[in-house]
Amino acid sequence: MTERSIAVISAGLSKPSTTRMLADRLGDAVASHLAEGGDEVTVEVIELRDLAHDITNNLLTGFPSVALEKALQTVHTADGVVAVTPIFAASYNGLFKSFFDIMEPDSLTAMPVLTAATGGTARHSLAIDYAMRPLFAYLHANVASTGVFASTDDWGSDEDGVKPLPERIGRAAGEFAALVATSTRSKELRDPWALPAGFRPMGPSGLE
Amino acid sequence: MQFGIFSVGDITADPTTGREPTENERIKAILTIAKKVEEVGLDVFALGEHHNPPFVPSSPTTMLGYIAAKTEKLILSTATTLITTNDPVKIAEDYAMLQHVSDGRVDITLGRGNTGPVYPWFGQDIRQGIPLAIEHYSLLHRLFREDVVNWSGKFRTPLQGFTATPRPLDGVPPFVWHGSIRSPEIAEQAAYYGDGYFANNIFWPKEHYMKLIGYYRQRFEQYGHGTADQAIVGLGGQVFMRKNAQAARDEFRPYFDNAPVYGHGPSMDEFTEQTPLTVGSPQQVIDRYAAMRDHFGDYQRQLFLMDHAGLPLKTVLEQLDLLGEEVVPVLRKELAKNRPATVPDAPTHASLVAAANQIKEDARRNGADAPHSTSAAADLLDSVQTGSVTR
Repeated sequence: MTERSIAVISAGLSKPSTTRMLADRLGDAVASHLAEGGDEVTVEVIELRDLAHDITNNLLTGFPSVALEKALQTVHTADGVVAVTPIFAASYNGLFKSFFDIMEPDSLTAMPVLTAATGGTARHSLAIDYAMRPLFAYLHANVASTGVFASTDDWGSDEDGVKPLPERIGRAAGEFAALVATSTRSKELRDPWALPAGFRPMGPSGLE
Repeated sequence: MQFGIFSVGDITADPTTGREPTENERIKAILTIAKKVEEVGLDVFALGEHHNPPFVPSSPTTMLGYIAAKTEKLILSTATTLITTNDPVKIAEDYAMLQHVSDGRVDITLGRGNTGPVYPWFGQDIRQGIPLAIEHYSLLHRLFREDVVNWSGKFRTPLQGFTATPRPLDGVPPFVWHGSIRSPEIAEQAAYYGDGYFANNIFWPKEHYMKLIGYYRQRFEQYGHGTADQAIVGLGGQVFMRKNAQAARDEFRPYFDNAPVYGHGPSMDEFTEQTPLTVGSPQQVIDRYAAMRDHFGDYQRQLFLMDHAGLPLKTVLEQLDLLGEEVVPVLRKELAKNRPATVPDAPTHASLVAAANQIKEDARRNGADAPHSTSAAADLLDSVQTGSVTR
């Protein structure tokens, strides 16, 4: 039995939000997939709304509050990240982007990531692929091929009858869980307080 | 235990009046503040070095040289001297000169500088900040200790048969502190050389600095300069006081809310909770800073930032009176309590000269020749630098 931790990031602005609803559904689906494989799973949800002031303060001052530092560490040390944002003006919202802006550049290297988004209509669904995916590619994350988009219709009676939301969640969670199950990333994390390999405190350019 | 003031020398409009001092007014104010630091019985005045507005002190040794002439006991230091963008040759010359001018009342705090655009103005690149700090300091360390230096490196033209003049006063270089806010590499560098480590902790929560300082102490011991609790640690601090705590908060709030760096960000309450900033009565300042050693261990130097964010000179001078009359005398007593006798004071020129003489004396008594080889001399000076020989 392997212990796995999944960080679920929700950038919904209202409480409750459909973004958080989707995030919870994905978190549950991922946890049951991994549990089926024999893993012991903890899911930690990071509600960015609760950290919105701290995130802005970090942008301005350059340092995180204690609560924000804890959230950043939860993400950095996770075995996989489920990232869910509402789509605003054709992309992830500003809060979502700001959270990734303040992360150390290598925080998500090789991290399995499941992307998901919410919006009013399915016409926004490609934002997952043209906005979220490049962001995580830049961060050297390992993004699952299927992302999940849930529009207002998906929560009501007009949902897609052929590929309903639960089925799409199941497929994405399965793909993501497979990436998490084979990832060794969290075992290989570099201690941020450790010196870089080959560092010497003396001599020309520290390499002597 | 040394107490002092450090200034970054920002020119900021007073948010309560909108009035911005001229460069000349601000420069003169800094000089007045430095003289006041000695008057109120503090030990150290440290000046930042910046090459971009709104900061004015681009030429610290000019200002420190003036302050040296106007004071008698005050230790002159920096906060920080840019080891990345300055030529180490010029640092060696400037600070050895300041040593002679001030009769040895000088030490240096080295820093990298975190303003990207400044680097190319001096032909450097901020992405090379750490390698620059390592290479430049390794050269500076030699220039201070070896009369003739042959050297080549990556970031500066080679030196052949070069002698930095003047030579350090009494053959003893100024004590060096390495300032850093987040890089373990710099803590490692300070530990390697047995130099001091100055943690400018005024912006970050203490947990961050407990790790960095703990690391420096542990490595200081591993490099053989003494035990971990004998490592030389300095801390930054920031306070605003009035007899009445609420009056202090009311008066400082507009300066906090509009300050460069953290203004328009966290609330003053959040910031005072998370960082060493203390706004209140002198007793509250005493309580907060007497507890610093519970987190960081017994340390050697406490500097306060007092003259920024557009605070008028008159207010800053009042703050220094409170610090000198009501806070520091009590802190000196508090921090002396239960301080192990093995914990050294911050090295001064006098203590470094005494340590060097002690080594010579010991060598003579043992009938051994004074070491001649460069490396033996460098080792000798290393142990002199930290005073470890006398402990």
